[in-house]
Amino acid sequence: MTSVLQAQALGKRYGKRWALSDCTIDIPAGHVVGLVGPNGAGKTTLLKLAGGQLQPTTGGITVLGERPGSTPAQLARVGFVAQDTPLYAALTVAEHLRLGTRLNPRWDAALARERITQLGLDPAHRAGKLSGGQRAQLALTLGLAKRPELLIADEPVASLDPLARRDFLQGLTEAVITHELSVVLSSHLVSDLEKVSDYLIVLVDSRVRMAGKVDRLLATHHRLTGPRRDPDRLPADQHVVSASHTDRQSTFVVRTEAPIHDPAWTVSRLSLEDLVLAYMEKPAENRRAAVEVQR
Amino acid sequence: MIWLTWRQFRGSAVMTAAVLVILTVVLALTGPDLASQYAAGIADCTPDNTCDQFFDRFFDGNQLPFLAVSLVVLALPALVGLFWGAPLITRELEAGTHLLVWNQSVTRGRWLAVKLGLTGLAAVAAACVCGLAVTWWSDPLDKSAFPDLAQMAPLVFGARGIVPMGYAAFAFALGVAVGMLVRRTLPAMALTLAAFAAIQIAMPMLVRPHLMPPVTSTFEIGYVNGGGIHVEGQGGGPVYLSLRAAVPGNAGAWVLSGDLLDPSGRTIAGTGEEAPVPVSVTSGPCAPQEAGPHGLDACWAEINRLGYRQQATYQPLDRFWPFQWIETGIYALLTLGLTWLSFWWVRRRLS
Repeated sequence: MTSVLQAQALGKRYGKRWALSDCTIDIPAGHVVGLVGPNGAGKTTLLKLAGGQLQPTTGGITVLGERPGSTPAQLARVGFVAQDTPLYAALTVAEHLRLGTRLNPRWDAALARERITQLGLDPAHRAGKLSGGQRAQLALTLGLAKRPELLIADEPVASLDPLARRDFLQGLTEAVITHELSVVLSSHLVSDLEKVSDYLIVLVDSRVRMAGKVDRLLATHHRLTGPRRDPDRLPADQHVVSASHTDRQSTFVVRTEAPIHDPAWTVSRLSLEDLVLAYMEKPAENRRAAVEVQR
Repeated sequence: MIWLTWRQFRGSAVMTAAVLVILTVVLALTGPDLASQYAAGIADCTPDNTCDQFFDRFFDGNQLPFLAVSLVVLALPALVGLFWGAPLITRELEAGTHLLVWNQSVTRGRWLAVKLGLTGLAAVAAACVCGLAVTWWSDPLDKSAFPDLAQMAPLVFGARGIVPMGYAAFAFALGVAVGMLVRRTLPAMALTLAAFAAIQIAMPMLVRPHLMPPVTSTFEIGYVNGGGIHVEGQGGGPVYLSLRAAVPGNAGAWVLSGDLLDPSGRTIAGTGEEAPVPVSVTSGPCAPQEAGPHGLDACWAEINRLGYRQQATYQPLDRFWPFQWIETGIYALLTLGLTWLSFWWVRRRLS
C-alpha cells in the first residue's frame, strides 16, 4: 500500500498552545479520504502542514514521499483547496484561470474552461461578487486543473448551503473518477463525507482514533443491545468502542471480525455517523481502543 | 508570478505614474523659466556685488513651490512604504489568498521575490524620477536658498539627488517586513509610518553630521552670517549681536554650530544666542541713519575691526555627492537586511 501522506510524531505549536501534537498518521493512496473530527482536533493544522503552509514544530511529514512545499515540482503534485476557499476578490474568473496557467506547469486549461462553462460561471465576473458556492467551485477548479496527484480540501463545504454543498461534492466525485486522483477532505460533518469518501479517519485531540475503508468499518462494527453486562465479560475478539448502561440494559459498540452468535444480544448495524460518534465520545476509555482497520 | 504581481499592482502603479508624469511635466515647463530668471538676476547683481541680496529676493519669491516640491520628494518614500510596502503581504494574509497562491506550483520564496522585486523596483524608479526632476528644477533655488534651507541642510538634502531612491527602497522593505510581522494592514501601516519617521529624523540628527568630520573655521561677520543687532531698553542700553547659521562663501553648507568669538578668541555666544558688543547705535557706523543701500555693511566692518568673529562648524556643499552616496549606501544596506528578514520569515515562520 502506498501512502499519500505520512506523519511521524508530528506536532505544531502556536506560542504555548499545541494545535497538533504527536500525530502519527498514514493516509493510503487511491482513496477519497474523509478526515473527520470535532472542532479543534487539529484537522486544519494537519492539512496545512501537508500543504506546506506550516512548518512542523516537532516530528516529520511527507506528502507523496517528499517534504511538503519544498520544491515547485512537489507543489505541482498537490492541489489544495483552503478553508473558506479564498480567492482574489478583485480578479475575474478568467483572471483566476490565467493565474493558474501562469503558475502551474501541468495546468489543464481545457479542463478549467470546461468546468467553468459547466458551472455557468461568467468569465468576466469578479470573484468577489460570486456566491459562496460559486467561489468554492472556482477554487476547486483551480485545484483540479493543476492536475495534482493528491487534492487536499480543508472544510471546503463548511460555509455552503445544502444545495451548493451537494453540487461541490458531486463535482469532486466526478473529478476523482475522471482523473484518478487521491483526495483528502476534512469536515466535522460525517454526512458530508459519507457521500464522497471511501476511507475514513477520525482525528480527536491530534490522535487517530479510527482509520479504515468505509465499507470495512461498517461491516466490522456492531451495536449490541441486551441485558446489563460488564464489558470485561465480552469475548476477547470483541473490542469495545463505547458502552452505555441503564439499570437493566447494556448497549455496546464493538468491533469484531467474527460473527456474533450470542443470542442474548440484539445486534444492529451502525450508520457511519453513529460509528464516528462512538469513537469521538469518551476519549479516555477509547484511547486504548484506538484501532486501525485496513484492507 | 510576474503577471499576477503586475495584475495586483497595476492600479496603484498607473495612478502613481500619472501623478509623477503631471509633476514632471509641470517641472519641465516651469524649470527653464526659473533658470533664466536666475541667470538674468546673476547678470544684474554681479557688477555691483549685490548677489546675496538678489538671492534672498529670488528665493523669497519662489519659496512656496520650492517647499512644495521638496515635500513631495520627502513624502514619496513614506507613501511608498505605507501604501505599497505594508499591504503587500497583509492584504493576502487578511483575505487568505496567500493560501491560494502558495499552493500553485511556485515556492513562496519565489512568490516573495517577484512581489518584492517588481514593486520595490517601481518604488525606486518613482523616487528616482521624482528626486532627479526636483533636483534639476530647483537647482537655481538651491543656489540661492536661505541658510536654513541650504542644499546640505536636513530638509533639502533628503529631497535631492539619489537618496530618495534609498529612502523609498528602505521604506518599502520596512513596510513589507512590518506587514509580515504584524499581519494586519492598518496597524502595519501605522507602525511603518512611525518607524520610518523616527529613522528619518534620527538620521540627520545623529548620523549624517558624522559621515565625515565637519569643517571648523573662523569667518568675518557680514551680510550672510550676521543675524542683526539690537539695543536693550529704550536706547542707551548695551548693543547685542546675534549670528545666523550660515557661513560666507559657502552657500548651501549645513552649519552645525556657529559661535560668536570676542577679540580674545573666547566664545561669548553659541548658536542662536546673542552677546553684547561695544558699539554705539546713536552715532558711528552702526547708527540707523548710517544704513545705506548696503544695510548694515558699515556696521559689520566696525564689528570685524573690533576683532569679533564667527567660528562655525559645518559640512560644506562640495560634500553633497559623497554624502548622497554614503547615505544611499546605508539605506541600501538597511533595505537588504529587511529583505533578508522578510525571506527568512516567509520561509520559516509565516503561515
